[in-house]
Amino acid sequence: MAVSADPGARGPHVAGPPDGPHVVLWGDVTCPRCQQAVPRLRSAPVCLEWRHLVLRARGPRPRALAGALEAAAAQGAFWPVLDALVAQPGRTEDPDLWALAERLGLDVARFDTDRRGDAAAARIAADLRDGLAAGASGTPAILVPGRPLDHGVPDDAWVAALLAERG
Amino acid sequence: MAIIAPGTAVPEIVLKREDGSDFTQADLQGRTTVLVFYPFAFSGVCTDQLQVYEELLPELAEKDAVMYAVSTDASPSQTAFREKLGVTIEQLSDFEPKGTASRALGAYFEPGGMTNRALVVVAPDGTVAWSYEGANPGELPGPDKVREGVAAVAA
Repeated sequence: MAVSADPGARGPHVAGPPDGPHVVLWGDVTCPRCQQAVPRLRSAPVCLEWRHLVLRARGPRPRALAGALEAAAAQGAFWPVLDALVAQPGRTEDPDLWALAERLGLDVARFDTDRRGDAAAARIAADLRDGLAAGASGTPAILVPGRPLDHGVPDDAWVAALLAERG
Repeated sequence: MAIIAPGTAVPEIVLKREDGSDFTQADLQGRTTVLVFYPFAFSGVCTDQLQVYEELLPELAEKDAVMYAVSTDASPSQTAFREKLGVTIEQLSDFEPKGTASRALGAYFEPGGMTNRALVVVAPDGTVAWSYEGANPGELPGPDKVREGVAAVAA
């Protein structure tokens, strides 16, 4: 199934070398496979874009953590927070989030307001809408423009093949 | 076994609803029906699929379409699976005689003795409007496939 995506389009949460291959990951911080996929892609020379795939069926926590990521992004700390949450999935309760925000030097009160705010909710909804349209049937859903959507956890061979494909 | 083709009337089938009552071809009349065939309750990848499809239910309702998930698991297992997933998609069991309805719709995977990964969309008049079979039971049709199938009814 080929998925069309505008290769030039980039959402707000992008990291890695801008000239590296564009890899879009729809994920959920509570998903163990996403917790594996994120550090692998973070350490690869790819331009990684995170999109939320928050499903109601998984309960309230995925949405709460996606909100925390948006609140962190509002203070320029999206990636440190994502890295911390996937590295320590057992430490993602609210007090853990406040401690993390404090450790990163964020305005904790603002962080706590923003994560429940309309801007975060709108971003989460938009990401879900786009993920469903792209054909995501679970997490992680990984899109490399021009390729079929992939639901596996990328390993070294996956990254090597992607880089080789680019020449 | 090829999946049932669009334009074919759904043959006689009997599945069990979660409450133990029969679900037959007569229950397909009057509104669009999306049948989601999945191999086994509690197997890894199915988990994501129905949770993702749950997000589509509001838009299906707007189109007067209803979704059911079908496997050869017995009803109590299906209900436990549905509750574990946190989804509302009603489960239909093809447990006894095993796989008979799925075979009639071409959605049975003989080598595995299980329902294949397939989607069948039935129009309100009881004829198949659209069908899709994964290349293998490990391939999950995305939510875009469900939308494509439901759109085929309106077309």
